[in-house]
Amino acid sequence: MATHASTTHDVASSAQSRNLQLALAGLLGIFIIGFVGFSQLEAMHNAGHDYRHSMAFPCH
Amino acid sequence: MNIFRNVVFAAALAGLCAGIVMAVLQTAFTVPLILQAETFEEAAPEHSHEATDGVAGGAEAAVQAHTHDEDAWAPADGFERAAYTALANIVTGVGFALLVLVASEFAGGLANWRQGLFWGLAGFAVFTLAPGLGLPPELPAMPAADLLSRQVWWIATVALTAAGLALIAFRASPLMALIGVALIVAPHVVGAPQPASYETPVPAELHHRFVVAATVTNLVFWLVLGAVAGFVRTRFSARLGAPRAGLV
Repeated sequence: MATHASTTHDVASSAQSRNLQLALAGLLGIFIIGFVGFSQLEAMHNAGHDYRHSMAFPCH
Repeated sequence: MNIFRNVVFAAALAGLCAGIVMAVLQTAFTVPLILQAETFEEAAPEHSHEATDGVAGGAEAAVQAHTHDEDAWAPADGFERAAYTALANIVTGVGFALLVLVASEFAGGLANWRQGLFWGLAGFAVFTLAPGLGLPPELPAMPAADLLSRQVWWIATVALTAAGLALIAFRASPLMALIGVALIVAPHVVGAPQPASYETPVPAELHHRFVVAATVTNLVFWLVLGAVAGFVRTRFSARLGAPRAGLV
């Protein structure tokens, strides 16, 4: 019984850890796109200017 | 953090490949049109920037408006400018690949490069087609509505289209499919923020060519990104877990 309970627990916590890691990776992706595509810092805007136009990001 | 590391590694490879392809395509097809449009911007400065024009007034201020601030750093034209464009492509390629890989992991995981292609098509629909309907790719010297409201509409449209597609693809119920369609249509019913005037020195023919070039290069970018992500994913399936369900 005890073994069964701990296995169920392990499966649940590994699924939770998996979802957390995936969510972290997704947030990293959103952060990267937001920073390069939407940042209003002058230097970022100028560096990514042609890129933003070509990707049709709303830009200036 | 094995899963996190594997997803980031796969995204880095997919983003690198798609970003390099996209940088080459942009150099060939979109950047020349941007440079051509900038000549109109210099010739007719009053059309360059809605916000700055109002505050500063005068042609001289408006000429600077495109770069916002003369003192701000900007890459030199030519190689340096192209290098930063390529860098932006690769970095955001990794960002987009992260989103595709994470979403597909939650849906069961990419089984092969062909499934990746379909996810790439979905990415194209979400990030290019849907926002591009209301806010077509624009050239320098073209009028546009307030930046913040356009960014809000763009992000909302991307989120709603992604949610709508997910409901249609992964919920086997007519009601959910209907809600999915409603989510995709909603931002276009509200409508994208539009400029007060459409007057621009940029010829319509030039803009049309740019819309086609930007849209088609994005399509290729997303297909490469999806296919490479699917291919790389299969190399790591032991650690990420074998794909659980055929979704495509």
